[in-house]
Amino acid sequence: MLHSPSRIGTSMPHDSARKHVTGEAVYVDDQPEYAGQLYACVGGSRVAHGKLKSMNLEKVRQAQGVIDVITAADIPGQLDIGPVFPGDPLLVESEIEYLGQPLFAVLATSHELARRAVTLGVAEVEPLEPVLDLEQAIKQEFYVRPPHRMQRGDVDKALAGASRRFTGMLQVGGQEHFYLEGQASIAIPGEDGGVNILTSTQNPTEAQKLVAEVLGIPMNLVNAETRRMGGGFGGKETHGSPWSCIAAVFARRTGKVVSCRLSRRDDMVMTGKRHNFLNRYDVGFSEQGEITAISYLLAGQCGYSPDLSDAIVDRAMFHCDNAYYIPDVLIDGLRCKTHTVSNTAFRGFGGPQGVITMEAVIDQIAFNVTKDPLEIRKLNLYDTDKRNVTPYHQQIESYTVPAIIEQLENDSDYWRRREAVRQFNQSSPVLKKGLALTPVKFGISFTVSHLNQAGALVHVYTDGSIHLNHGGTEMGQGLMTKVAQIVAEEFQVNPSRVVVSATRTDKVPNTAPTAASSGTDINGMAALNAARTIKQRMVEFLAQQYKVEQKEIVFQNDQVSAGENMLTFEQAAKSAWLGRVSLSSTGFYKTPKIHYDRETASGRPFFYYANGAAVSEVVIDTLTGETRVLRADILHDVGNSINPAIDIGQVEGGYIQGLGWLTSEELKWDKEGRLLTDSPATYKIPAVSDAPEIFSVRLMENAPNSEPTIFRSKAVGEPPLMLAISAWCAIRDAVAAAGDYNTFPELHAPATPEQILQSVNGVRSR
Amino acid sequence: MIRFLLNKREIVLQDFAADFTVLEYLRNQEGRCGTKEGCASGDCGACTVVVASPAEEGLNYRSVNSCITFLGALHGKQLITVEDLAAGNDLHPVQQAMIDHHGSQCGFCTPGFIMSMFALYKDMPPGADRNHRRRITHEYLAGNLCRCTGYRPIVEAALASTEQPRSDHFSIDENEVATKLIEISDHDSLDNVTGVEAFLIPQSLSELASTCLEKPTARLLAGGSDLALEVTQQLRSLDSIILLDQVKELRQVKRDGNRLEIGAAVSLLDCDKLLQVRYPQISQLLHRFGSTQVRNQGTIGGNIANASPIGDLPPVLIALDARLKLQRGEQTRVVLVEEFFVDYRKTILQPGEFISAILLPLPFEGQMFRVYKVSKRLDDDISAVCMAINLSFDRDSKDEIRISSARIALGGMAAIPKRASSCEAILKSAEFDASTIDQAAHALEEDFSPISDARASAGYRIQVAQNLLRRFHLEHSDNSIKTRVEHVA
Repeated sequence: MLHSPSRIGTSMPHDSARKHVTGEAVYVDDQPEYAGQLYACVGGSRVAHGKLKSMNLEKVRQAQGVIDVITAADIPGQLDIGPVFPGDPLLVESEIEYLGQPLFAVLATSHELARRAVTLGVAEVEPLEPVLDLEQAIKQEFYVRPPHRMQRGDVDKALAGASRRFTGMLQVGGQEHFYLEGQASIAIPGEDGGVNILTSTQNPTEAQKLVAEVLGIPMNLVNAETRRMGGGFGGKETHGSPWSCIAAVFARRTGKVVSCRLSRRDDMVMTGKRHNFLNRYDVGFSEQGEITAISYLLAGQCGYSPDLSDAIVDRAMFHCDNAYYIPDVLIDGLRCKTHTVSNTAFRGFGGPQGVITMEAVIDQIAFNVTKDPLEIRKLNLYDTDKRNVTPYHQQIESYTVPAIIEQLENDSDYWRRREAVRQFNQSSPVLKKGLALTPVKFGISFTVSHLNQAGALVHVYTDGSIHLNHGGTEMGQGLMTKVAQIVAEEFQVNPSRVVVSATRTDKVPNTAPTAASSGTDINGMAALNAARTIKQRMVEFLAQQYKVEQKEIVFQNDQVSAGENMLTFEQAAKSAWLGRVSLSSTGFYKTPKIHYDRETASGRPFFYYANGAAVSEVVIDTLTGETRVLRADILHDVGNSINPAIDIGQVEGGYIQGLGWLTSEELKWDKEGRLLTDSPATYKIPAVSDAPEIFSVRLMENAPNSEPTIFRSKAVGEPPLMLAISAWCAIRDAVAAAGDYNTFPELHAPATPEQILQSVNGVRSR
Repeated sequence: MIRFLLNKREIVLQDFAADFTVLEYLRNQEGRCGTKEGCASGDCGACTVVVASPAEEGLNYRSVNSCITFLGALHGKQLITVEDLAAGNDLHPVQQAMIDHHGSQCGFCTPGFIMSMFALYKDMPPGADRNHRRRITHEYLAGNLCRCTGYRPIVEAALASTEQPRSDHFSIDENEVATKLIEISDHDSLDNVTGVEAFLIPQSLSELASTCLEKPTARLLAGGSDLALEVTQQLRSLDSIILLDQVKELRQVKRDGNRLEIGAAVSLLDCDKLLQVRYPQISQLLHRFGSTQVRNQGTIGGNIANASPIGDLPPVLIALDARLKLQRGEQTRVVLVEEFFVDYRKTILQPGEFISAILLPLPFEGQMFRVYKVSKRLDDDISAVCMAINLSFDRDSKDEIRISSARIALGGMAAIPKRASSCEAILKSAEFDASTIDQAAHALEEDFSPISDARASAGYRIQVAQNLLRRFHLEHSDNSIKTRVEHVA
């Protein structure tokens, strides 16, 4: 008997790869223009905080090509589009809370004319004192949401009794998403007062819901559709929707198709970023460097509104243990308010800001007890039987970090290279090298439990072709490819039979955002369930038709055998149809086992953990602070990989994106709250030469997920970003070398050349 | 009227706005939406297209950012976009390699990368070893940002597609296209200025001179990588543009005794080739100047005339004692580069006057010249500090080696590119040792009071400038000491 080639575990190219390279892949703004199509642009505030008294928009109305202008008063339905908590007016009604906040919107005959027209708007504003600085917000207890606390044991007592102890502070910078495709939406007016939205969003259901609320119509009159995004990274989870709402309002007012896409500068000014944090720690440990207690105060800068910040600061708290057991622990998490753009989801969702703090603590312990940081890391890792309870009381049941570190330590030749780095530094007065190995343990599941659900819709047509739809969105991560592989596996057919279609809220409703690395886990499972239902119907029918047992119906190699009868998959589908069998089914999935009680700050928020580790070697120039990553070795645990090429792509891309966050990507505002780094000319994401010359990425072998996830795989979207923390630790190691390892360097993130030079100055002046 | 080829199809445009960009033309007029807008400022490369023009043999294929290229600049050229690469169902080798190496994720940057890879495919020197090929690949891709992949698979795809001897469907038609391009660009040149009313295309230096006098408010378009930002970023309209591209005299290079006379419209790419042997330091700087797309368009004259405080060539030219040849009507004058800049973005150019050439002294025996660029990112970034140091030496009465002349100029440190006169004064006639260097470094604080901005703080700029002087000293006194992160393995 022939065996089908396995579809799971195959490095199939991305399903759109051919369209990407030929330019045929269609993004929102590439849609052919409709007759009479119009273009919207938003006018933003020029102050960070104030009362909006009035606006003079006469010149805007009279500008060339302008068709319509709207303000808050023109919104027919609900004005507030806050995704979880209120606080995000679509257009400002009374209080301005950040510089750039949308005050009015213009509709014109072209994108360029709309952009020019908005510059003519004049707002009369009674200025109010803004809070722009995180430290000031902490001091004033100025929050968007109340603080949250997690604790286990008696941290005060444990700290007081610790044989060694230090306190410290780490500033962790934010990050602009810089998806290559900016925010974009098109609203097409439909019948019955409804509207069809084409949008670049990770969250079509939210676009649908908010458009319905803003228009004051039921959700069943709105359809939101996303074929693909040119990158998302969390920046299109909640911050994709305002532009759909603006376009929809204009579309209903004019009856015309309306496009609203942001210029790069507007996108950088008007949409939220990764939260910057200011984290303090008080650490107790033994003479050997074993942690006995940590008290953390994590303060995230949320900007002017809650948005997703509650869950983001929570996730920072869930991850400030990273991979290590802390016997007595207390974590306070603050959600600080400032008059800046509302910070939002970004790959890792607060987790990275927690992980880096723990890794900074580990490095400082190692320095304190004069041991190699790797020894301290290994000494403090979680265990699976004893030292296995997290600060939020979830037990670590299966833990791959120790094995990953052991293998990586050998594969990367860590100890020999540690010696080589020391030798290099002895003979090199200007350039210094640094080396670090850091692990990551990342909790998988939305910590807001109800989001852990997914739906799918599968049709098998009479010619044997398969149509697949699910609630997940494609932003480059290869979700559509993986889910198609899963459906093809279930039917034992070639994946080319499965056509992936745009995510639409009228096909699969009430979906969760494609976020929290959950895309394949939940949508893959939902699609599998849909395919299973259809397959079972075909099995039952064919068994009856050919008078054989159900177990004699075997799907294999694009064929179906029923006892001794052989049918092609097409024939089987057609025959089932003739037998009046439904070849269409929905599928549903909800993640089991998870729960979290905020009152007691305990539970099992995560179904499982995704793990990995990286070794980075860097060189710095002590005269200029310039830096380069020379080599990175990564070993990452994705369970049983559904598509190794796609998973490796996520790991590599995550590492480089994390490297950008921690080195060259620096957000700067002026004293008025104006974003200075508002274009790629001043905000520098990694370019080709920033990738290390030696970049070895491997997936852990024979490591099926211990939980029954889709084909025992593990989520991979966010965790690898935190592997880049090894580069940041290596930079600090190199700075320490500049001071002959006599001083533990003060280094914050991002470690720009300027930060590094300042840090070098610090270790050399003492 | 302008004429160009859109792949193989001849396009004739009678009327168009002077500041209409190639990207707008492709997406809005031609419906070719494969070319993407990522930033509209020439910083991300998503809009990269290839422009071919006749070369000594066949065609030159140059990648450019279509978002900051004005349509009129295509006169007499062939425009190739991502839609043109495949031959029917057969993908171009660079496209196939990109798929094979999993080089696309979200796919939005991919068409731009494909076009940079296509330009690389056309230019990769045959027989180059893998290290050399990798270096060139980085240079060609440095202007394309990808936020998903981390670049490794894209570099692998580029290397794989340029490994073999190369021929594609463009090679087959190359000579035919070249002939056609020569024909269409000459067609309208009846010793008259061509183009449309708002977009003038003089064909010679004298035509340019008279056009500039007639239209003193028209903007000169050299590479346009800065000028176009006024349109796409500051939302201004440019009513009248004079294109320099067809003025052959401006693209010539002549040897004039001990100096080179470099036409003002010589591209940065050609400057790089020209100076590789004579001034390898300038060549190295140019590899980090903008991106390949920008260097293909940007010109040496443009980098001076736009009088930006952060242009990278002015400090180099000032330190090397270069001069500018200016022309207004039939009158010409020669000025020192350092005299050219008056204030922030202000120069001594009179209305109707333009730079026709740069007079660059050739290196001489005993000259120590270095140029350093420090920025947040290695690729395609604007300098926080750019420093050019040019020292020469002689022996004093006691036969000790002393610094006989010192010319030091910096960019990013003041409103204009400027000499470090106090620093120079200390170096001159002093011994070249660590204590002199320390004193000279301190003097930089008298010479400059830089600003803090998005790129760096004032304090950082000063310290880096001082340390670069120390780096210069180290590099010339102990060559066992490594001083460049980019040279470490």
